[in-house]
Amino acid sequence: MRNFSYQAVERVDSAVARHTEFATSAFLAGGTTLIDLIKLDVMRPEQVVDVNRLPLKRIDLLDDGRIRIGALVSNTELAHHPLIRARHPLLSAALLSGASTQLRNMATTAGNLMQRTRCAYFRDPTVPECNKREPGSGCAALTGINRLHAVLGTSEHCVATHPSDMCVALAAIEGAVEVEGPAGKREVALLDFHLLPGDTPEREHALEADELITSVVLAPHLDSAGAHYLKLRDRASYEFALASCGVILALDGQRIGQVRIALGGVATKPWRAFEAEASLVGVVPGRESFEQAARLALAHARALEHNAFKLPLARQAIVRALETALDDAQGGMSPPARSDTGAGSPAGDSP
Amino acid sequence: MAESSRCAVFDPREAPPSAPHLDSRTDYMLSEGDRSPPGTLRVGFTLNGHPASIDVEPNVVLLDALRDRFSLTGTHKGCDHGQCGACTVHLDGRAVNACLILAASVDGARVTTIEGLAASHEGEGLHPLQRAFHQCDAYQCGYCTSGQIMSAAALIDDERVPSDDASVREAMSGNICRCGAYKNILRAIRTARAELGVDRA
Ligand SMILES: Cc1cc2nc3c(=O)[nH]c(=O)nc-3n(C[C@H](O)[C@H](O)[C@H](O)COP(=O)(O)OP(=O)(O)OC[C@H]3O[C@@H](n4cnc5c(N)ncnc54)[C@H](O)[C@@H]3O)c2cc1C
Ligand code: SF4
Ligand code: FES
Ligand code: FES
Repeated sequence: MRNFSYQAVERVDSAVARHTEFATSAFLAGGTTLIDLIKLDVMRPEQVVDVNRLPLKRIDLLDDGRIRIGALVSNTELAHHPLIRARHPLLSAALLSGASTQLRNMATTAGNLMQRTRCAYFRDPTVPECNKREPGSGCAALTGINRLHAVLGTSEHCVATHPSDMCVALAAIEGAVEVEGPAGKREVALLDFHLLPGDTPEREHALEADELITSVVLAPHLDSAGAHYLKLRDRASYEFALASCGVILALDGQRIGQVRIALGGVATKPWRAFEAEASLVGVVPGRESFEQAARLALAHARALEHNAFKLPLARQAIVRALETALDDAQGGMSPPARSDTGAGSPAGDSP
Repeated sequence: MAESSRCAVFDPREAPPSAPHLDSRTDYMLSEGDRSPPGTLRVGFTLNGHPASIDVEPNVVLLDALRDRFSLTGTHKGCDHGQCGACTVHLDGRAVNACLILAASVDGARVTTIEGLAASHEGEGLHPLQRAFHQCDAYQCGYCTSGQIMSAAALIDDERVPSDDASVREAMSGNICRCGAYKNILRAIRTARAELGVDRA
């Protein structure tokens, strides 16, 4: 692994100040993305600023019903926190469906937001064409093996999926990312945080140079809503999603009052299916309306050579997540919402 | 063939193997002098219950420091990228992948490796999980075993994870076994749990 200078900091302002001292600096949180990618020589920071000692490990309920999560709260702590389990079971389920126990123990809220794509060409610097790694170099996935790549939000310059489960739940819940940088503090809406690749796939998020994420604030939960996170993948556990769907659904009498549908594994950023949601509001829920919503959600999808299977897979995931969230809203299932696992057969002999 | 009966049936009454993984060393103070050499950082932490210190370059991961500097080779390197769990150790009591942690960042922390697991437990001799893995034949080549045991030990202590097989398998999914010893690993965890009396609904 190439070498770098290392600084551990105790205060937010000194973290930002240190970060500005080198042209290529990286904050170190859990390290599960950063150290992996430095070893692969994909990320090449001259300086690593270790932020693990910053006082950003609290989860607080605010007066207006929002919940503030410190940037350094681990994925494990967040998933198991009583407030999150009670009010945002979707987030809890999404987190627990991701990675492994060990990785979730290290991974942080901010690091998870900032994790990089698992596109195999991006992760392999011996492949010259990757616009995300080397702007202007081309995209090896377009003509290569693209089974795991995105069908929504792609551009001719990049088709990489956003890999996070947590971010799918956050897209459904909504809220804001609080950041602090050389110019002071500001807030970015969660839905505006991740960027589409467009012409600049190397720009993945709304952070300005040297800005540090200090917390994520969740919007208040919907009253008496049901929720479900469904993750479909090549093996039963410890694998990224081929398609995942997070649903929050609140009834108004017999009809759907509010519904949020977010998708993972199929899009270049954590995806909200707004048209599909709109088609369901005020409707008496049922298989047909769910299937219609699923069709709408994938209406603008563009398949590549090897990933056309993701269209029906995502549609089925949406229908099943809607059905299960509806059950949950009707009191058919007790919280916390659990996440289902394998796309194929049950777990067999693997743990 | 007479010899073929040798290993055909495993006898759990057989004495456990001597314990090469018991950590008998106590001197982990590897750094010398008042300050660390240029280009290195001085890191002080608790290793298997003993004070430890080392001078490391920033790009050294905990896994390599444990193996190459402290000669604690019970923690194995499989993938080196967080994908297999062979390098699992406890950092302040939580199971983590030592291959993705900078040695420099454990300053002030408590690290336990497979060599220190037995001593971290109240009873005599091996940790109940180490005994159970042996009794249940929960390995073939053994490469993944120390990582499996470290994950299982953290899991048994974690009140948030229920004791049913599905939950245990899910919680253990970060430890890959290429020999496919999963069935017996699960049995070993059940056995140790029963011995420790920590079954949770
Ligand atoms: C084998 C494996 C399997 C995985 N499986 C899954 C999965 O199934 N689902 C899933 O969702 N994820 C999965 N992950 C990804 C994992 O969730 C992320 O690596 C993790 O969330 C990153 O968090 P971290 O704290 O370790 O980030 P780090 O590695 O410390 O940082 C990641 C990036 O964020 C930046 N950063 C960190 N903190 C801040 C901050 N406060 N402000 C600004 N920038 C910051 C860093 O500079 C770096 O660029 C997997 C990872 C591995 C290695
Ligand atoms: S899909 Fe994006 S990340 Fe993957 S090779 Fe193409 S440009 Fe690079
Ligand atoms: S060696 Fe660390 S997870 Fe494989
Ligand atoms: S016993 Fe061989 S890898 Fe698990």
